[in-house]
Amino acid sequence: MMSAPTLPLDSPLAAVSDPSAPALVFNDVALAFGNNEVLRGVSFRLARGETKALFGVAGSGKSLSLKLSLGLLKPDAGRITVLGQDVTAEREEELFGLREKVGMVFQESALFDSLTVAENVAFRLMEEHGVYDDEIDRRVREALRFVELEHTVNLFPSELSGGMRRRVAIARAIITQPELLLYDSPTGGLDPVTSNTIIELIVKQRDVYKTSSLLVSHRLQDAFTMATHQFDKEANRMVALPEGQHCDVPMSFLFLREGKVIFDGDLHELAHTQDEYIKEYIS
Amino acid sequence: MSPTELAKEKVRSVQDYTFLCLRSLANLFQKPLYLADMVQQADLIGVGSLPIVVLTGFFTGAVLALQTSNTLERFGSITLVGQLVSTSMVRELGPVLTGLMVAGRNASGMASELGSMVVTEQIDAMRALGTDPMKKLVTPRMVATVFMLFFLTIISDLVGLVGGLAIAKVLLRLDARQYWSNAWQTLVFQDIFMGLSKPVMFGFIIATIGCFYGLNARGGTQGVGRATTQAVVASSVLILAVDLVVTRLLMAVLSYH
Repeated sequence: MMSAPTLPLDSPLAAVSDPSAPALVFNDVALAFGNNEVLRGVSFRLARGETKALFGVAGSGKSLSLKLSLGLLKPDAGRITVLGQDVTAEREEELFGLREKVGMVFQESALFDSLTVAENVAFRLMEEHGVYDDEIDRRVREALRFVELEHTVNLFPSELSGGMRRRVAIARAIITQPELLLYDSPTGGLDPVTSNTIIELIVKQRDVYKTSSLLVSHRLQDAFTMATHQFDKEANRMVALPEGQHCDVPMSFLFLREGKVIFDGDLHELAHTQDEYIKEYIS
Repeated sequence: MSPTELAKEKVRSVQDYTFLCLRSLANLFQKPLYLADMVQQADLIGVGSLPIVVLTGFFTGAVLALQTSNTLERFGSITLVGQLVSTSMVRELGPVLTGLMVAGRNASGMASELGSMVVTEQIDAMRALGTDPMKKLVTPRMVATVFMLFFLTIISDLVGLVGGLAIAKVLLRLDARQYWSNAWQTLVFQDIFMGLSKPVMFGFIIATIGCFYGLNARGGTQGVGRATTQAVVASSVLILAVDLVVTRLLMAVLSYH
């Protein structure tokens, strides 16, 4: 298992939103491309501090749900509320403020290939401060140290491996300590060892900063690892929880099938579900 | 696709392009302005295009002198070569050919760069990080292209006159001083105004068309290639079409014959 120094990041830059509002609410959301109905009335709720893993076969609208959450796409019907703010009603320009409070790790990292690792991680801070100064450099190094990639500051994304790019993408998403994190298949296409490193980072972020997270994944085992492990700050690594014990941060599972939510519950409920489709998926 | 759907798609494209143009202009009056990006783009577009613009200008001026000399000689007016090269370059060929060269080089560059960013989700990532791609990517490219094309056209005009001079002196055996004074004295305010208002419009067309096709690229690397080609074709055709309209318009406005 990977170990990492526990260095606290600074407080978030963006003003904190209404703490009583849930992190994310989907209310009867529908989206279609032509005749292809991808989402058909999806409703769920992500509480503050909760981590929810989103599953479904390819094309079931998992990644689209993340893009909808950020307002990168608009639904055809329904309402999406992020940190108490209705993203479906607002125009693109009005959403930039909200997006400062949300971090997203894209499926293929989506790092800016013309910028160095440091500039990628610092992107959001540089947008606010204008220049890459000592303070930004300190925070960039902190974020990169969190993902154990401090030595890559001056490299370009093309010089990194797939796993390293995902870790840089995580550093870029967490540098301003957002209130909500969205992970789009963070372990997709990676080998099991690298996947484990990424999952450990996500668990570390979850347990150290208690950030609300929505994680899209193809690998059920990743979510099981997250549900059965906890980050040990003393030992500085992820450790397995004793059987029957749950991690401090609430962890839930959500399954999408044919554009609808067919399961939304915790590990215990998932283990005892009677839904044949989910049983087959799990097996 | 039915004709109605095709027509709707075309109208939507025009609407989206108009929207992009308006946003790129409106962003000039909103913060942040991304001055560093503008300077970087000005270097890429302006300084980077200098060699191709100088070469194009020189050879155009030279061949213009060569082609017209034959006709002028028949009327015994060979000394008017400077005048002809000068007005043709400043009013028409300088701005248009510089525009076409920069369109070929930079509209394609912008379309492929932005298109690659779209298909690799970098544009979405930028939006997700709270930055408006229209402000960060489109407006700096528009400002830089308009600004630099203006000066590139001036350079092209001058080098074109030098190309004409080379032919006049070496092949036509004309007096260099006579050529220059002819070329210089024939130019009036209307010529300069027409010649320098065109690159402002052409620069705007090049940048907005390049960015529009780039931002609308779909379908992976093949889509990026298609967007690049379309950007060059559309910007070149639009430059020529706008040139005709603007020339007629300016001739009427400036009471110019």
